[in-house]
Amino acid sequence: MERRNVLKGGAALGLSLALGPKAVLAAGKPKVGFILVGPKNDNGWSQHHYEAIKKAEEKFGDAVEIVVQESVPEGADAERVMSQMALSGAGLIFATSFGYMDAVQNVAAKFPKVMFEHATGYKSSANSATYNARFYEGRAVCGHIAGKMTKTNKIGYIGSFPIPEVIQGINSSYIHAHKANPKVEISVVWISAWFDPAKEADATKALLDQGCDVVLSHTDSTAPLATLKTAGAYGFGQSADMAEFAPKPRLSSIIDNWAPYYEERIKAIVDGTWKTQNIWYGIKEKMVVIGEISDAVPPDVKAEAEKIRDSIADGSYHPFQGPLNKQDGSVWVKEGEKPDDGTLLGLNFYVEGIKGAIPS
Amino acid sequence: MDFTSLNFVVLIAALMVASVPIMLAAIGELVVERAGVLNLGVEGMMIIGAVCGFIAAVETGSPFLGFLGGAVGGAVLSLIFAVLTQTLLANQVATGLALTLFGLGLSSLLGQNYVGMKPPVTGKVPFGPLADLPVVGPILFGHDWVVYFSILIIAIVWWALKATRLGLILRAVGENHDAAHSLGYNVRRIRLGAIMFGGAMAGMGGAYVSLVRVPQWTDGITAGAGWIALAIVVFASWRPWRVMLGSYLFGGITVLQLNMQAAGSAIPVQYLSMAPYLITILVLVIMSSGKGRAALNAPASLGQNFHATR
Repeated sequence: MERRNVLKGGAALGLSLALGPKAVLAAGKPKVGFILVGPKNDNGWSQHHYEAIKKAEEKFGDAVEIVVQESVPEGADAERVMSQMALSGAGLIFATSFGYMDAVQNVAAKFPKVMFEHATGYKSSANSATYNARFYEGRAVCGHIAGKMTKTNKIGYIGSFPIPEVIQGINSSYIHAHKANPKVEISVVWISAWFDPAKEADATKALLDQGCDVVLSHTDSTAPLATLKTAGAYGFGQSADMAEFAPKPRLSSIIDNWAPYYEERIKAIVDGTWKTQNIWYGIKEKMVVIGEISDAVPPDVKAEAEKIRDSIADGSYHPFQGPLNKQDGSVWVKEGEKPDDGTLLGLNFYVEGIKGAIPS
Repeated sequence: MDFTSLNFVVLIAALMVASVPIMLAAIGELVVERAGVLNLGVEGMMIIGAVCGFIAAVETGSPFLGFLGGAVGGAVLSLIFAVLTQTLLANQVATGLALTLFGLGLSSLLGQNYVGMKPPVTGKVPFGPLADLPVVGPILFGHDWVVYFSILIIAIVWWALKATRLGLILRAVGENHDAAHSLGYNVRRIRLGAIMFGGAMAGMGGAYVSLVRVPQWTDGITAGAGWIALAIVVFASWRPWRVMLGSYLFGGITVLQLNMQAAGSAIPVQYLSMAPYLITILVLVIMSSGKGRAALNAPASLGQNFHATR
């Protein structure tokens, strides 16, 4: 980078420090940064963010400059990358993984006039917002299908890290699989990674070896589906549609639809109307989309699954609707009630019926 | 501890498959180190093997050519290492680390257009009714050919190092390259051969990850298997059969910890994941504690560059 540009960036930053988000526009076209946790072609989580970014880029064309940094490790590296983006003139930075949470808070404190958006986290400030999708709503639909499709009455779940989002997914999957098939059991395997295809494949094999014949994954690659295909078992697309694995093993999918949100927020920066917020959108707002349910699923099960989807969308049903008990048998949600978002965002226990402990 | 819910036959069969990549890479590295060369680029050669093998298999439709492609890819990458360390006398540790970084980047570039594709299936060896035998069937007769090949290569390396003239020369070069040189052996050529063998084995191990274990191509697919292979060579104190033991132990623990989770075991998995590394450290401590026979196993010229004029 030439010194002149550094100075320009510094000047832009100085201006933005003095005048707020609108000033970034004044100093040139706004620059928006994204950091991805995996490679942009991982076929899952990161790729889906990347495709949403591409859509935003198409929409704004030359009006906005977008920079993307892929495979940024969670931790100190993320802080360094975001600081670098802020220093080089970015007015809005999206951090697209849960593990960036503290890094975002640290960098946001250092650059009060740069705006931050953190995906799936729960910490925000005057210049950092959070956005999240109610993935557990999608899990309810997939869980129902899983409960109906299993012949061994054992379903598997590959967890990444024991954070509330993943625990919501496990609970929601189990609750709905159990409603569909009271004999169902769930086995959870934690692999301590978002993206590790070899480990995801091994975990899938281990679940199959233990008698599971439907496996849900909460990781980013297509390795579980590739393994399930070889074994003739069933699974679901995660983050992306993964339609290339339909109709078997992929029965349906939970698609993360980020593009509308990115366009909305980038527009807010361009217009100078950006404000911090904490949003948590679901099927209703179309941030969570259920991929087409494949022909391998019997028509009646498909209809039931679609009914669950639609009742969640119109608000008549909540996946964590009472009565629900905690794993130890104590009451969690009473009959006819539903938990508030704060409880869900801090969820750290299994519901009754799930065996095993959450690693700490 | 509740082991009753685990199916041990399935577990052993699974660990044999899970161990193949690290076993191949480790036996290759063993030969390299016995020739006195320390190549830390195993991870890089594995991932290049994974991507080259994947491309070869997808383009030709033949899994066998895929493995061959993986071996060639790994060997070609190891040539860079060989030229830098044997001809230009670069530092072996630094060059090896650079090779890993280079391999990771290059594989990502080569694999760009192959993400999301499916490789041809590597079938099981048809043993007919033998595969249906209880217990022995799944363990001994239920695998693809690479599993048997990996055991065969251990036997060949063991026999070659122990009983052939080539093995004796290789060991001589690794123990004392000046003496070997004064006896008229071409130290550089022998080391070049060993490095390329190591590269080919690592490449094949990588191809096993992308063609059989996962099976697909994604960036960073080997996820550190090369480093485990390096640890196994030390763990095995440079003995071929112990490489097999070490690979089964490391591979076995990976499979066991996932299976135990799936079976709902209560012990924290972190302890199991840690175990192989703890054992490696323990072996290193015992080896470096001096007088025992184990300490004599490390090739005396390991990691030292050779030049005829010195």
